[in-house]
Amino acid sequence: MALLQISEPGQSTAPHYHRLAVGIDLGTTNSLVACVRSGIADTLPDGEGRHLLPSVVRYLKGSDPLVGDEALAAAAEDPLNTIASVKRLMGRGIKDVKRLGGALPYEFAPGESGMPRIRTAAGLWSPVEVSAEILRSLKRRAEATLGGDLTGAVITVPAYFDDAQRQATKDAGRLAGLTVLRLLNEPTAAAVAYGLDKKAEGVFAIYDLGGGTFDISILRLNRGVFEVLATAGDSALGGDDMDHAIADWMLRQAGVEVSADPHGARRALRDARAAKHALSQDEEAAVRVTRPDGSIWQGRLTRGEFQALVDPIIERTVAPCRRVLRDAGITAFDISEVVLVGGSTRMPRVRERAAAVFGRTPLTDIDPDRVVAIGAAIQADILAGNKPQDEMLLLDVIPLSLGIEIMGGMVEKIIARNSTIPIAKAQDFTTFKDGQTAMAIHVVQGERELVADCRSLARFELRGIPPMVAGAGRIRVTFQIDADGLLSVSAQEQTSGVASSVVVKPSYGLSDAEIERMLRDSIAHAHEDNDARNLREQQVEADRVLAAVESALAADGTALLSPAERRGIEQELARLRSLRDGTDVARIRDGISALDRATREFAARRMNEGINKALAGHRLDEFG
Amino acid sequence: MQANVEKNFFELFGLPVGFNLDTADLAARYRALQRQFHPDRYANATDPERRLSLQITAQINQGFQTLKEPLSRGRYLLALQGVNTDEETDTRMDPDFLVEQMELRESLDEARCSAQRGERLARLARETDALLRARTGALGSSLAGGDPEGLRRARELVREMQFLKKLAREIEELGEVD
Ligand SMILES: Nc1ncnc2c1ncn2[C@@H]1O[C@H](COP(=O)(O)OP(=O)(O)OP(=O)(O)O)[C@@H](O)[C@H]1O
Ligand SMILES: [Mg+2]
Repeated sequence: MALLQISEPGQSTAPHYHRLAVGIDLGTTNSLVACVRSGIADTLPDGEGRHLLPSVVRYLKGSDPLVGDEALAAAAEDPLNTIASVKRLMGRGIKDVKRLGGALPYEFAPGESGMPRIRTAAGLWSPVEVSAEILRSLKRRAEATLGGDLTGAVITVPAYFDDAQRQATKDAGRLAGLTVLRLLNEPTAAAVAYGLDKKAEGVFAIYDLGGGTFDISILRLNRGVFEVLATAGDSALGGDDMDHAIADWMLRQAGVEVSADPHGARRALRDARAAKHALSQDEEAAVRVTRPDGSIWQGRLTRGEFQALVDPIIERTVAPCRRVLRDAGITAFDISEVVLVGGSTRMPRVRERAAAVFGRTPLTDIDPDRVVAIGAAIQADILAGNKPQDEMLLLDVIPLSLGIEIMGGMVEKIIARNSTIPIAKAQDFTTFKDGQTAMAIHVVQGERELVADCRSLARFELRGIPPMVAGAGRIRVTFQIDADGLLSVSAQEQTSGVASSVVVKPSYGLSDAEIERMLRDSIAHAHEDNDARNLREQQVEADRVLAAVESALAADGTALLSPAERRGIEQELARLRSLRDGTDVARIRDGISALDRATREFAARRMNEGINKALAGHRLDEFG
Repeated sequence: MQANVEKNFFELFGLPVGFNLDTADLAARYRALQRQFHPDRYANATDPERRLSLQITAQINQGFQTLKEPLSRGRYLLALQGVNTDEETDTRMDPDFLVEQMELRESLDEARCSAQRGERLARLARETDALLRARTGALGSSLAGGDPEGLRRARELVREMQFLKKLAREIEELGEVD
C-alpha cells in the first residue's frame, strides 16, 4: 500500500484483500470494461462473448431502457427513442447542440441550467443520464463476471475534453453508482497498455481517431514514468463525421431531402458506415437508398469518390499533430514510435496520413478497440491499492488553457495548456472602481484571446470587499486543478481576507442537488434502502481511513511521533473502530473527521521526510 | 498544517540557487519527487496526506516548469532577489534592441509574403534562435555576480528574451500553416 511504500519502497507487508476495480472506456461508438485478474489486464465479455458494448441506449415506455446491441439494432426503426453517440453532447449547452444541427435526429428540450434534454417515449433525458445508463450496464457486467461489488472505476475521457465535458463524465459515473477513482485520458491509457506490454522507453506519439473524437498526445516513457509532454486534438472529429459525409452523398445521389425522413437518415448512416468499413479493404462498395416513396436507388462508391469525401475530415487531424509537436518542444524526428488507437485508424487513408505527418510507419499491432480500456484497468488496479506502487506513474497534462475574463472581453490566462497536473496557480487582480465592494469572476477555457471565442465554464462573485479607492483592493484568484483535470477556483481579497470559492460547476452541467435527486430516484427504482446505502458507504470510507492510519503508524509511528502523540492518534483510531460497527452515519462521519484532525501533524512530518528521501534514494542510480 | 512547501523551487529540488543547471539532472529529480508525492501514491492514504500530496505535487510541477526553461528560470531568480520583470508600467527598452526588433518584424512580414516563404521563415527562425541563445549565455553571467549592475542587466535581458520568444513562436506558427 501507498503508505508503506513511502518508508520501504517495494516492500508492502500490510495484508490486504484484493479490491475489485475496473477500467471503463466510455466511447462515442463503443464502450468496454476491463479488469486486472491474476496480474493480467483484459476486457470483460458479456454473456454472449461480446467485448464491445455499442454506446447506444433505447428508451421504452414502461420498461427499463435497452443498452448495446439490442438498442443499436432498433436504431433505424425507432430513431427518436434510440440515442447513439451521446458522448458528443456531454457537457454541451443547447446552443452547441443546435450547431451539431441535422447530424442528430433527436428532439431536444432545454433543461434546468441550460443542459439539453432528449425527448423520448420514456421522458426527457440529459446526456449525463444516457451515459450513466451505459456505465450501469458495464458495471452490471463486471459485477456478474467478477462476483462482487466494485470498489471503484477509472473512466477514460478524450485528452482534449474540456472541464465541462470531464465534469459531465464524472457525474455520469456517480449516477451509475460507481466510485470514480480517476478520469484518465484515453491516449494516456493506451500508452500505459502499450508501454507496459512492450517495456518501451522513449518518446511516443499516440494518434487516437475514434468515432467522435480525435486526440494526439506525445508521451515520454522513462523507467515506468509516463510523462505526457503535450496533447492536442478535436473533441468533435471522428468516424461519425465520415459516416455523415457518406450518408449525405448517398442521399444526394438518390435525390432525397435529408431532414424530411429521420428513419431514412438513420438507415443511410448505418449503410454509410458499412460501406466505409468495406472500403478499408475493398476498392469499391455497393450502396443503396430506399426513398420515402418506397423506390430504391442503387449505386457504388469507389475508393476515389470515398477518399474525396473523407480526406477533408482526415486532413483536420494534421494541424493538431503539428501543434502538439511544437508544444512538446520536439520535432517528428525525435519520436521513437507512433501508436494508432481507435477504430478509424483501421482506414488505410488515415494510416497514410499519420505516417506522412510523423515520417514513420505507425505501429498497428495492438488491438485499437481494447487498448484504452486495458490501460484504464491497470491504473484502476493501482489506485485501488492492489499493486506495489513503485512501478508505474502517470503524469498527465491539462489540454486547454484556463483563465478569467478581464476588461474589454479579453481573457487573462492563468494556467497554460499542457501544464502538468495537479497544479495550482494564483494571480492578483486589482479593483477598478472607487468603493467597489464586489467582483464578478468569469472562468473560461480555451486558447483564444477573446472571451466570446472561449468556452465559458462558470461565473461567481466575490462580495463584501471593503470600499477602497480604485486599484487599492487586491484580489487573488487561485486556480487549482486536481489529478482528474477538474478545476476549482477561489478568490480572496488580500487586505481584508474576504474569501469566496467555487468548485467549478460547468454552466451546462448538473447541479449537486439534481444528481442527488436522480440518485435517490434510481435507488427507489431499484427498491434499495437509501439509509442502508448511506451507512454502507460511510463504513467503507471508515475502513479505508482506518487502514491508512494503521499502516502509517506501523511505518513511521515510532520514528516520527512521541509516545504521547502516538497515544492521541491511537485513541481516535479506537473510537472510530467502535463507531464504525454502529449504525449512526453522522457519528461515523464525525469519527473520521476527528481522526483526520489527529493525524494532520503526523502527515506533515511524513511528507517532509519524503522530500529528503525522494532525492537521497535516487541519487545513486538516477543522478549519478 | 503545512508541509515544507515554503521552500523555494531550488531547495525543493535539492539544488543550489543559481542559473546554471543540468536539465537532465533536474528532470531526474523531478521524476524522483513525483514518484514520491504524486496523488496516485496516496490513493489509499489518510486524508491529510492526500491533501498534502496534491499541494506538494502542484508545487513540484510548477517548480519544474519554472526551472527547466532558461527564461523562466532567470525571471524566477530575479524574483527571488526582489526584482520584478513584468511591470507593465515600465516600457523602457534599450534603443538598440528596439531597432533590432523592428528589423526582425519587418523581415517576418517580408518572409510571410515572399515566394520562398518556407526558406525565409526557417532562416529567420535560426536568427531569432541565435539571438536568444546569446542572451541566455549573457543572462547566466549577469546573474552570477549578484551585484546591482548585474541584476539590472539581467532584468533587461529577460525582458528582451520575452520579446524574442514571442517572435519565435509567431514564426513557428506561420511555418505550420502551409
Ligand atoms: N474497419 C474499419 N474501417 C473504418 N472505420 C472503422 C473500422 N472499424 C471501426 N471503424 C470506425 O471506428 C469508429 C469507432 O471507433 P472506436 O470504437 O475506437 O471509437 P469510440 O471509442 O467509440 O469513440 P471515441 O474514442 O471517439 O469516443 C467508428 O466510427 C467506426 O465506424
Ligand atoms: Mg475511443
